[in-house]
Amino acid sequence: MKRIASLALAAVVTMALGACQLSPKTATQNGFRGTGMDHVTLTKVAMAKDEVPAPPYDPPATDGQRAKEVYQNVQVLGDESADQFNYTMAAITQWVAPQQGCNYCHNPENMASDELYTKVVARRMLQMTRNINHNWKQHVAATGVTCWTCHRGNPVPANYWTMPTEGPKGIIGNRHGQNNPVPESAFSSLPNASLAVYFTGDPKVDQNIRVQSTGLHPSAANKTSIMATEDSYAVMMHASQSLGVNCTFCHNTQSFQNWDISTPQRAKAWYGIRMVRQTNGEYMTPLASVFPANRKGALGDTFKVSCATCHQGKNKPMGGAQMAKDYHALWGEPSPASLTPAPAAAPAVGAPAR
Amino acid sequence: MATYQNIFTQVQLRGEPEAGIALPPGSEPRIGKGTFNHWMGIIGHAQIGPVYLGWTGVFSLILGFFAIEIIGLNMLASVNWDPIQFVRMLPWLSLEPPGPEYGFTPFVPLAKGGWWILAGACLTSSILLWWVRTYSRARALGMGTHVAWAFLSAIWLYLVLGFIRPLLMGSWSEAVPFGIFPHLDWTAAFSIRYGNLFYNPFHCFSIAFLYGSTLLFAMHGATILAVGRYGGEREIEQITDRGTASERAALFWRWTMGFNATMESIHRWAWWFAVLTTLTGGIGILLTGTVVDNWYLWAQQHGYAPSYPSTGVMDPALGSAGQ
Repeated sequence: MKRIASLALAAVVTMALGACQLSPKTATQNGFRGTGMDHVTLTKVAMAKDEVPAPPYDPPATDGQRAKEVYQNVQVLGDESADQFNYTMAAITQWVAPQQGCNYCHNPENMASDELYTKVVARRMLQMTRNINHNWKQHVAATGVTCWTCHRGNPVPANYWTMPTEGPKGIIGNRHGQNNPVPESAFSSLPNASLAVYFTGDPKVDQNIRVQSTGLHPSAANKTSIMATEDSYAVMMHASQSLGVNCTFCHNTQSFQNWDISTPQRAKAWYGIRMVRQTNGEYMTPLASVFPANRKGALGDTFKVSCATCHQGKNKPMGGAQMAKDYHALWGEPSPASLTPAPAAAPAVGAPAR
Repeated sequence: MATYQNIFTQVQLRGEPEAGIALPPGSEPRIGKGTFNHWMGIIGHAQIGPVYLGWTGVFSLILGFFAIEIIGLNMLASVNWDPIQFVRMLPWLSLEPPGPEYGFTPFVPLAKGGWWILAGACLTSSILLWWVRTYSRARALGMGTHVAWAFLSAIWLYLVLGFIRPLLMGSWSEAVPFGIFPHLDWTAAFSIRYGNLFYNPFHCFSIAFLYGSTLLFAMHGATILAVGRYGGEREIEQITDRGTASERAALFWRWTMGFNATMESIHRWAWWFAVLTTLTGGIGILLTGTVVDNWYLWAQQHGYAPSYPSTGVMDPALGSAGQ
């Protein structure tokens, strides 16, 4: 009896120390046998349904009068039908400002006015959404994105980041940009600035996250230090954490470098990283002059997107729900539009009060 | 039967503490007369002391204390001297080596890695002085110096990681930070940077000797405990005058695997496995980045990395790059 009791106690202690998750798991093999390429998730997480809002009403016709003919100062969605335009506005309200309503972006006295900064931002975000749906099919495929993909009912998406401040000069309070568990480095002691290293910069200049040599012996071609490797490691941990997957979702760990044994998801992620860099570089950062100070980081930079902004713990945002297909307006050509708000004091006489 | 199945030592002797043999001329006196501690007697010998520190021991402890102080105070400073945060964040905290911009110069501003060099210098001096101690004390007792040479093998790996390889690479930044998670991150990043350290053959040797050490330790420990009822724990006596404990232990292994080590040679096995773990490990680290830059490619060229069927995924950077 005593022996059984002590065995039972030992088992309980072992499990408690092992931080066991007793909940059932779902395992999927995603690579060659014996390579450890398995995707294991808690079944309740794998089966969890994300909230996907239904369209505000049945999608209206795409023909009829154009929005720009009916309303004023419609710079992005002008070529949509007026019905589609109103439908999109209703959906955006539901996605981004469900509590605040239309007036979060619009002056109710003059809907065409750009006097609220949120309207200028929203316009830029529509262009961004169209750019993603139009130009980044290698990443978002036919599923596309909507405002909801990131916002999920919040005026500011929950997962954003800003440039890290430079640490103090001396040793006091100085973590040397690492050794500080923050979400951007997946709560590791890896460098915190990895997103700044890889998710910003000129999007037209490609920047590879590659640290391994393509040759067998040391050469001048690759002088990447261990410290610099930690940056790429950190950004990979960020991607892993954001998607709720392990390294082997994309890589065969035999060789992280080798594309030939990687999964197709790695190529998807490759485009995704470039999509994020373009989004930050061409859509978020230029809004610095528009956002008020409380919507900016410590260095006065705009909030920026990362993998987590859309994915939010799922390898396909919202489990791959086909949401954007109901919104014609989100698929148009990404037109160039001015960032500068139109003069607020110039509402056209007789502008419809939408 | 259960008498011999014990987790803790059952019998503790008490009497005049054993003072040890007379010291050679020129030795410092031993410190203390020796005392007994019941709880230490449970896991080992109950007698505590006398201790022989000598000047190497004294300076080793002082330098070791400096090293720990420098590391600990730097970590404490990094959380603004907040003791609560120090405890909370300790696994993340670190004393980092100088950045790549400083190369291998010994003159680095303290806050930029100079403290790391100082801590490393103190720790290394402390360890080397302790090594001298293990050598000289063994000599003073008329022993062989096996402990010292085994210790030196571990010091070799430590020096390769923190000094010799950074020297050859020309950069302090290649060295390992002092810190719990940070040194693990360094290890993972090291493997990632050099194309998977598992394909480094000396890493393979090191792992084989490490796992072999644990296996030998388990086999030897289990064998001696199992023949404890016949006095098997008195190994030295059994070596010179083989008794029934030794006979049974030998017979057991011959029955189960056809071969047995002897009461003496099992310790030679253990010593070499332990020594070779860090010896080969150090060689593997030393070759990484200096001779071989991508161990996966090296293993492919030498035909020992298995090849898996192609997934057909192409490097997007090679195709129509961009979008």
